[in-house]
Amino acid sequence: MKIRSFDDLKQYKKSLYGNKKTAKYTVLVGMATCGVASGANTTMTAFEETVNELGLKNVTLKRTGCIGYCFLEPIAEVIDEQGNSTIYTKVDKAKVAEIVSSHLQNGKPLTEGVIKPDMQRINLAEVKPIQKRQLRVALRNCGVIDPESLDDYIKYDGYMALAKCLFELTPNGVIEIIKRSGLRGRGGGGFSTGLKWSFVAKENAPVKNIICNADEGDPGAFMDRSILEGDPNSILEAMAIAGYATGAAHGYIYIRAEYPMAVKRLKIAIAQATEMGLLGDNIMGTDFSFDIQIKLGAGAFVCGEETALIHSIEGKRGEPKMKPPYPAKRGLWGEPTCVNNVETYANICPIIIKGDQWFNSMGTTKSPGTKVFALAGKINNVGLVEVPMGITLREMIYDVGGGIVDGKAFKAIQTGGPSGGVIPYTMLDTPIEYDSLVAMGSMMGSGGMIVMDEDDCMVNIAKFYLEFSVEESCGRCTPCRIGNKRLFEILEKITNGNGTMDDIRKLKELGRVIKDTALCGLGQTSPNPVLSTLHFFEDEYIAHVVDRTCPAKTCSSLIRYFIMPDKCIGCTLCARVCPVSCIDGERKALHSIRQHECIKCGACMDACKSNAIVKR
Amino acid sequence: MINVTIDGHKIQVSEGTSVLEAARRLDINIPTLCHIPGMDAEGFCRVCVVELVGARNLVPACASILQEGMKIITDSPRVFNARRQVLDLLLSKHNANCFACYKHGDCLFHRYCLEYGLQKSSYEHLQAWKPIDDSNPFYNFDPNKCILCRKCERICAEKQCVEALALCERGFDNHIAPAFDAPLGNSACVSCGNCLTVCPTGALYPKTLLSGHYNKMTETVCPYCGVGCKMGLLTHEGRVMGVQPLKGAANDGLMCVKGRFAYNFIQHPDRLKKPLIRKNGKLTEASWEEAYDVIIKAWNKAKAVGGGSAIAGLASARCTNEENYLFQKLLRGLGNTNNIDHCARLCHASTVAGLQMSFGSGAMTNSIAEITDMDVIFVIGSNTTETHPVIATKMRQAAKKGAVIIVAEPRRIELCNDAQFFLQIKPGTNVALLNGMLKAILEAGLENKNFINERTEGFNELKAYLDTVTVEECAEICRVEAALLRKAAETYARAKNAGIFYAMGITQHSTGTDGVRMVANLAMLCGQIGKEASGVNPLRGQNNVQGSCDMAALPGDLPGYQKVADPKAREKFSKAWGLPVPETAGKTVSEIFNAIDDGEIKFLYIMGENPMVSDPDLNHLEKVLAKIPFLLVQDIFLNETAAFADVVLPAASFAEKDGTFTNTERRVQCLHKAVKLPGEAKADWQIITELMNKLGYKASYSHPAEIMAEINALTPSYGGITYNRLENGEGLQWPCLNEEHKGTKFLHKDKFTRGLGAFAVCPYTLSREVPDTEYPFILTTGRVLYQYHTRTMTGKSAGVQEIAGEPYVEINRLDAHSLGIANGDKVTVSSRRGSVITTAKVVETIGRGVLFMPFHYSQAAANRLTNKALDPYAKIPELKVCAVKIYKA
Repeated sequence: MKIRSFDDLKQYKKSLYGNKKTAKYTVLVGMATCGVASGANTTMTAFEETVNELGLKNVTLKRTGCIGYCFLEPIAEVIDEQGNSTIYTKVDKAKVAEIVSSHLQNGKPLTEGVIKPDMQRINLAEVKPIQKRQLRVALRNCGVIDPESLDDYIKYDGYMALAKCLFELTPNGVIEIIKRSGLRGRGGGGFSTGLKWSFVAKENAPVKNIICNADEGDPGAFMDRSILEGDPNSILEAMAIAGYATGAAHGYIYIRAEYPMAVKRLKIAIAQATEMGLLGDNIMGTDFSFDIQIKLGAGAFVCGEETALIHSIEGKRGEPKMKPPYPAKRGLWGEPTCVNNVETYANICPIIIKGDQWFNSMGTTKSPGTKVFALAGKINNVGLVEVPMGITLREMIYDVGGGIVDGKAFKAIQTGGPSGGVIPYTMLDTPIEYDSLVAMGSMMGSGGMIVMDEDDCMVNIAKFYLEFSVEESCGRCTPCRIGNKRLFEILEKITNGNGTMDDIRKLKELGRVIKDTALCGLGQTSPNPVLSTLHFFEDEYIAHVVDRTCPAKTCSSLIRYFIMPDKCIGCTLCARVCPVSCIDGERKALHSIRQHECIKCGACMDACKSNAIVKR
Repeated sequence: MINVTIDGHKIQVSEGTSVLEAARRLDINIPTLCHIPGMDAEGFCRVCVVELVGARNLVPACASILQEGMKIITDSPRVFNARRQVLDLLLSKHNANCFACYKHGDCLFHRYCLEYGLQKSSYEHLQAWKPIDDSNPFYNFDPNKCILCRKCERICAEKQCVEALALCERGFDNHIAPAFDAPLGNSACVSCGNCLTVCPTGALYPKTLLSGHYNKMTETVCPYCGVGCKMGLLTHEGRVMGVQPLKGAANDGLMCVKGRFAYNFIQHPDRLKKPLIRKNGKLTEASWEEAYDVIIKAWNKAKAVGGGSAIAGLASARCTNEENYLFQKLLRGLGNTNNIDHCARLCHASTVAGLQMSFGSGAMTNSIAEITDMDVIFVIGSNTTETHPVIATKMRQAAKKGAVIIVAEPRRIELCNDAQFFLQIKPGTNVALLNGMLKAILEAGLENKNFINERTEGFNELKAYLDTVTVEECAEICRVEAALLRKAAETYARAKNAGIFYAMGITQHSTGTDGVRMVANLAMLCGQIGKEASGVNPLRGQNNVQGSCDMAALPGDLPGYQKVADPKAREKFSKAWGLPVPETAGKTVSEIFNAIDDGEIKFLYIMGENPMVSDPDLNHLEKVLAKIPFLLVQDIFLNETAAFADVVLPAASFAEKDGTFTNTERRVQCLHKAVKLPGEAKADWQIITELMNKLGYKASYSHPAEIMAEINALTPSYGGITYNRLENGEGLQWPCLNEEHKGTKFLHKDKFTRGLGAFAVCPYTLSREVPDTEYPFILTTGRVLYQYHTRTMTGKSAGVQEIAGEPYVEINRLDAHSLGIANGDKVTVSSRRGSVITTAKVVETIGRGVLFMPFHYSQAAANRLTNKALDPYAKIPELKVCAVKIYKA
């Protein structure tokens, strides 16, 4: 059917609740990329087969998106009639059998492998005070609804926000709400979304465009993918709202081709929404029309920069261009264009429905709302979390993230990907918001957080990010094209043990010039990892060039492996695993490493059971 | 206006001014490597960074547009350091082997490095130098000197619109190369050399390394086609070193391969250095006095026998306005004959005749610069990319901006790649095509009724005729789809601004004048004429063919198209000259040769022409030239025609004299003497002046400016085109009536020269010779980009010879297959008049049953085959259509 009015939509939503009798148990299997990669397909099939075999009529199986606990996938959630939820982790075939026989057949939930997330999902229909550490606004539907079902989305108040805009608000009214909400761009820059919309709206042009930037490129960031895989319709709806507010009739989702599942679900969502008259011509019977096209990117990091992204859609080389003019004035095909990130759009519908005051009651004054972070690195709870802005790093790492792996010492955290910088252990109590991060020489970026412990060498970390920037530089401007390469070469020299104090001076000077002169945001921020590690950990650099040692014992040119005579029991294990056979020693006798042949792979150290091998 | 402060200087600038432009106005030097004035600033190089007070980062001066109240600092230590660092980075990837560099001493990058105290890069690393691409015959590319300013890529894509150069790979590995890293010699490159012009380093350089080292640049005009590109001739102590394109109104700083690289004819050893007199059947060197004696004797003898009608002269579209003026003055005043014509007869005689009848004057109505403002560009009978390359770039620029190009041609020419409509017509069917278009426009009701009523006459007759034809039958004649024809016609009619461009494909037919009049009909029907960026534009072929026509190297006209038949005009000239101007109508080129054949003309003076390659039916012409009692040839080389001469006089090339050329858009531009004359050669105007004196007339011109002053006084349309103004400005477009007149950008504004525009009824008629069973193919002729006309000049360039040194005949793949001809086979092409052996080039771009040969090559001269059937009005031969057969040699 086609929705032709607000009442149509309300009626339709009602009908979704009315007709079907709720099953006794609903089983949700997390089938975003992280789930599938961990074997969620097998889990789902196992559930289907078992439920069919046993003829369980009172169980509904549903696929859903990611709930963020990626390190515990595959995850299955069982919800009973009363709404009690049990979340099972690492659900393999055997676990499925257990769950079915104990929980679904006999009503006894298992206790093993169950988590109780410290997480609260917002409900668009009601207002509840924040009770839990994690607060899901952008991720509200991920892990709850079936992303391939428009009905499911509508059941959770889908397209109500768009309807409210079309039937109750003027375009300017929409922009005012977004402005007042204080929502800032979640792609990293943190520019006011409402302001951006108002710039596009005030341009007088026959054709305007809305772009959704889904070219998630920061290493270690995957919140956009998760939203698109778990709740694609929320993005479509928000884009249509942006179109209505700014006077644009065409939307483009620029998404990397490496996200096939997200692309597939977006395609399904677009087709379903168009079919129902929620996208396309005369949306919900009004004279507002909005269509959405998907444009696949080839995975260049720089295409996440909005002007490069626009070039790429136009079929040109993915290179940024000078701003101003900003896309809001001259964007895609030279027309006024509004470019927002996926997570930004994911916040729009809740703001429209629940109001700007609700939104800026969360987070801090300057950075209201919540932010999704992708936690990675040496942290226990690897995955996606959504927290109110302003939470401190300490809370993030130790409470939400579950602390450092193996109880080691926290050293630093890298935020903002290759454009960001490191924040050292000394600043654990800094609140996380746009401006405080910039003040520390880093940035919000898209929300990737990589946690490093005592074993991570800061010079090496800087080199790693620089290598990424060199690889991904488009080469349009000199400082980024050649400058980053030279920075990288100097870092390589230092980690190889050939650095000098002059090299450290050069790093600082060149880094600053690149920041000062590069053409686009990516170039201007690419030296951040070097400059921030230099700022907080200059002693580590000096140790590399003056003492020729790597304090974290990571840089292979600067370390040697030794066998401690008092600990070696002569088990020969190390000699057997050495890939270059450079360990000598008879059984039950002290072993020794021929240093000039050693390639410092560390295999012997990992293999030794008596901790007799040390790095120095 | 907005107020800004730069380094403490307060300045008012207009909106849209960049920091760079404003700083330059204040004489503040900001280095820049990637900026091309007049093109969008991209800010690639970051050498021009300046401080914008209040901004977090430095901003590039080239791409930053000033806003009210901005404060800019260009000389702070922060700025200096940043620029130095950026230069240092560039230098770290640059092969600074300056000693072996073409740009040594003239290198912008080198200069900036020195200015910022860099003698070598501070970054140490191993360099893996890449090989130099030397596959193009005119220039090399050294990637190791490239600093990726990308000017070459942009000029190639945005101005030349060829996109031969591109940026390959990404990031640090970025480099300039043709797509997929193909060698330049095997790319889309047309060797225009415009990338060399903008390259700030020695990365792109001409094969001759020394050509960058010159101590004098003479501003002059390209001697090749009618575009009239402004250029600087680079010389060092009298030696021509190279060519530097300059920014002229016509060429906008662009040039093509011929003007840019084919300049070595100027000081070629084969240049004529002494007069030659035929003694005992052989041309032998002689003194000027001897030569003049022989000439005067023959002149007097011819005149004594047959009076003025025994004398004839062929002037030259290669020579200056002043020389052509003197030439006709000599023949009319002293030879008492109007037998003056020149090669314009073979190219645009039908234009002069046809447009004169329709509008009242026959020249391009628009200027070249207007092309980019056109919405529809209709190209018919012109292979513009090859014959007028710089005009073609303008068309392509327009297409990039969104203009629709319609091409009607027998061959799928290069411009079709940029066109939205291609009508592949059968040669000789222009009139039918245009009748069909007119009819289609009337049927769609798209004619401009106001324009027709107010500014034209004869519409009813035309309409009555068009009632008798259908679009379908016209399309059938041309072998194009009727629907396509209709759509193209309607697109033209609907355009806001539409220009028609045509050349020899319209004119060189026995129905050439009809073709021209039909073009005029089309423009008038839609009101696409007499306004900016809309009009009818015959593209003139030679550098000064417009000027030689203007100067009356024509049998029926006096300078400025004043008619010989008009007694008042004759009286005006004879009074001014002190010589009688004959009344008897003169003969055209073909008639002159016929009269020689008949024995009527006994003395022929050919200045700077080579009919033995350029004229139709050469076998016949060869016999005629052998018969002539006295042939005087004046040229820079001993060409094919000179071989028949009794006396050959060594003349000056464009580089050795002053004068003016009038380009295809009616723009008169100055050329200047850059080098001295070879041997005893003299400028043509000097030779004619001396001949006049020998014939007893007191002529005392010491400089072409004096001749121009005489032209100003006698020719209304050139009235205000004085040397004084030309030397101080851009060149003037006629009509320019007096010293105050600014010249005319486009013609026929508000009123046609003849008053009302005249519609003409032109029914389609067959070409004079059509294919039959014996000669089943239509042969059409034309030019190629690299060669010029009869190759006397381009033939001396090794690069041109490498690319386009050999004659060929194009044949459709299917025709070739059925005749058992393979690409590269030697074939014989024969017509009723002769036959030549050439090489087959099997293509798909030509229609079935049609052959194409470039006419440049004397070794397989297409004009041995062509038909000298004439157009009844213009007397232009039908060079574009004759019947031939082809078989494996």
